Amino acid sequence: MTLSLEQLLAAKEVAICCGAGGVGKTTTAAAAAAMAAVSLGGKVLVLTVDPARRLADALGMEELGNTEVRVPDSVMKAAGVAPRGELWAAMLDAKQSWDELVRRHAPNQATVERILENPLYLNITGRFAAGNEYIAMERLYEIHRTGVYDLIVVDTPPTRHALDFLEAPDRMAEFFSSRLLRWLTAPSRSKMLTLASRPFYQVADRVLGSQFLQDIAEFFLLFQTMYDGFVERSNAVKRLIHGRRTTFVVVTSLEATPLREAEFFMEALGRMGLHPGALVLNKVLPSYLLDPAAGRVAERLRSDGPALAAEVGPEAGAPPAVTRVLREVGESFLNFGVVAKREAEQRAELAYRPDVIVAVPFFETDIYDLAGLLRHGTALWAG
Amino acid sequence: MTDLLDRRLLFVTGKGGVGKSTAAAALALLSATRGRRTLACEVDAKGDLADFYETSRPGFEPQKVASNLWHMAMDTEASLREYLHLQLRIPAISRLGPLARVFDFVSTAAPGVREILTVGKIGWEVRERHYDLVVVDAPATGHIVGQLTAPQAINDLVRVGQVREQTGWLADLLADPAATGLVVVTTPEEMPVNETIELVHKVRHETRIDVAAVVVNRVLPELFSGADEEIFERLSEPALSDRLADAVHGPVAPVLEAARLAVTLRRTRAGHLDHLRSALDAGVPLLYVPYLFTRGHGLRTTGKVAEALSAELGY
Repeated sequence: MTLSLEQLLAAKEVAICCGAGGVGKTTTAAAAAAMAAVSLGGKVLVLTVDPARRLADALGMEELGNTEVRVPDSVMKAAGVAPRGELWAAMLDAKQSWDELVRRHAPNQATVERILENPLYLNITGRFAAGNEYIAMERLYEIHRTGVYDLIVVDTPPTRHALDFLEAPDRMAEFFSSRLLRWLTAPSRSKMLTLASRPFYQVADRVLGSQFLQDIAEFFLLFQTMYDGFVERSNAVKRLIHGRRTTFVVVTSLEATPLREAEFFMEALGRMGLHPGALVLNKVLPSYLLDPAAGRVAERLRSDGPALAAEVGPEAGAPPAVTRVLREVGESFLNFGVVAKREAEQRAELAYRPDVIVAVPFFETDIYDLAGLLRHGTALWAG
Repeated sequence: MTDLLDRRLLFVTGKGGVGKSTAAAALALLSATRGRRTLACEVDAKGDLADFYETSRPGFEPQKVASNLWHMAMDTEASLREYLHLQLRIPAISRLGPLARVFDFVSTAAPGVREILTVGKIGWEVRERHYDLVVVDAPATGHIVGQLTAPQAINDLVRVGQVREQTGWLADLLADPAATGLVVVTTPEEMPVNETIELVHKVRHETRIDVAAVVVNRVLPELFSGADEEIFERLSEPALSDRLADAVHGPVAPVLEAARLAVTLRRTRAGHLDHLRSALDAGVPLLYVPYLFTRGHGLRTTGKVAEALSAELGY
């Protein structure tokens, strides 16, 4: 059965867009959300992780923050649409989201403050991106739970390995229940007596110094007070992304590397029991480049310039200049034709075919406003 | 200023999809063909370098792929094992129990451990002069600063211990512009250009590493000069395009349409390129690589990119 993206999203509450970097994931997420708000109605939220100022601009906002804001009616009107629903947008602020998580789960105010000031905590949430995968899913869960939105479209973080964020809840839960963590946070008296752990401690002490180990221990001791809440939460997040109301939209271009990643991703989603609902082929070159008759014309323009220039006549310009232009035109068509042909081959070789496959044409100009976003969205909707 | 390929360590980064790995593979290939022993090191372990050299996937042990050229894939656990063995002379690693679990734990607990093991291994290869040049296919723009500042971050967190003593020389190596440089790869498109400008700014403020070059990949050729474009416009009008269609006995419209697409694309991109040039000061050389009009991988493509870079570098 062939579905459209419109039909797919009409039946879902959460759509998670994923794919390699640079394929137009953020734009696709925003365009799909805008189309849903316009044609499906209800309250639609696009949650992005990318600090893309251009997207904020396109939505008519100064900047996007952790709190959801509604795209003003005036912006909708300027784009020439009278939406049935409301479009909302938010950008994930990882640090702020972590802080909120700590406030929610820590047993008391004193612990909250100690965690928020711990140098390791600051480092994890500030300097390194590793925690972002988890917090993105956590934030999605938090928003979904409020029941305010009919549809939430999520743009996932640019991970090194696309599956990281799906496994993040599991890893987080596993981590907090690990024996090593319990050992490290146990009173030091019993720690020294645990024979099995001595070599590890000795090595760690030599390499890192005991002060650092104590810092780590304190950090985890504090974090452990949130253990129950955290594990419960991780499981709830997992239930949400596995739920029947959640679907995945894999975005890719038809270049070899992102496409290979997309295929790997679709296959992995299926294996993990998740719902790979749609594949969006982005930036697809126009199909006229594949027309063999046009190809023959291009060949003639390239090789037969002087004769053709003579037939067209002097109104076009001086014959040598016209010849040059015809050659460039033919050459350019053939050049782009090579790329288009390669794309078509890649497309034909797709091993994994979800219910919805959408091809979005290459737009030669950038998106600067909601109208541009909707133009992209219309192509996405129509497939 | 030190010539790009006369340095000893180059980190190559860029936004996803701009051809970062291609550029890294090509720079290493170019260095090797110029007679320098070169190691290409892949950090993301996606196996892209193997595609670009048309070889089997490398492991942690460097593998020779051509004359003067080796490649390896970073593996932080293997790096830790090597470090413990070489630096601390800890032979009985097995007594640590399942190292993988311990390592997983420590690296999650102590941010920057993965990064330091990556940068540390690379820095060590450079310091020991096993190669004349190490080219790192580094993480994408979002992760590179975390990687490059890892030695400093560890220094801030770990106040004593052997790690502390060993992050010093590493930080010095990274900060030496005669030895180390960062190459940022971009395409003349809006988002990659903006990310490149932001990254260069961030690298200069938050790290001590030198931005050695910006590689602009997939630069489209200019189709027409100004006067020729007027001819093209006249040819596109119905009267002349019909005459042309009669002359070639075939559909002319799609061919003219494709040329228009190429012109628009080139024009949009030229604007982004101007923006990039004006945002970067003259101290950062820009190297242009033309759009190759193939979407293939492989050694041939890598060779073509290397040729373009070679011409840009004046070799």
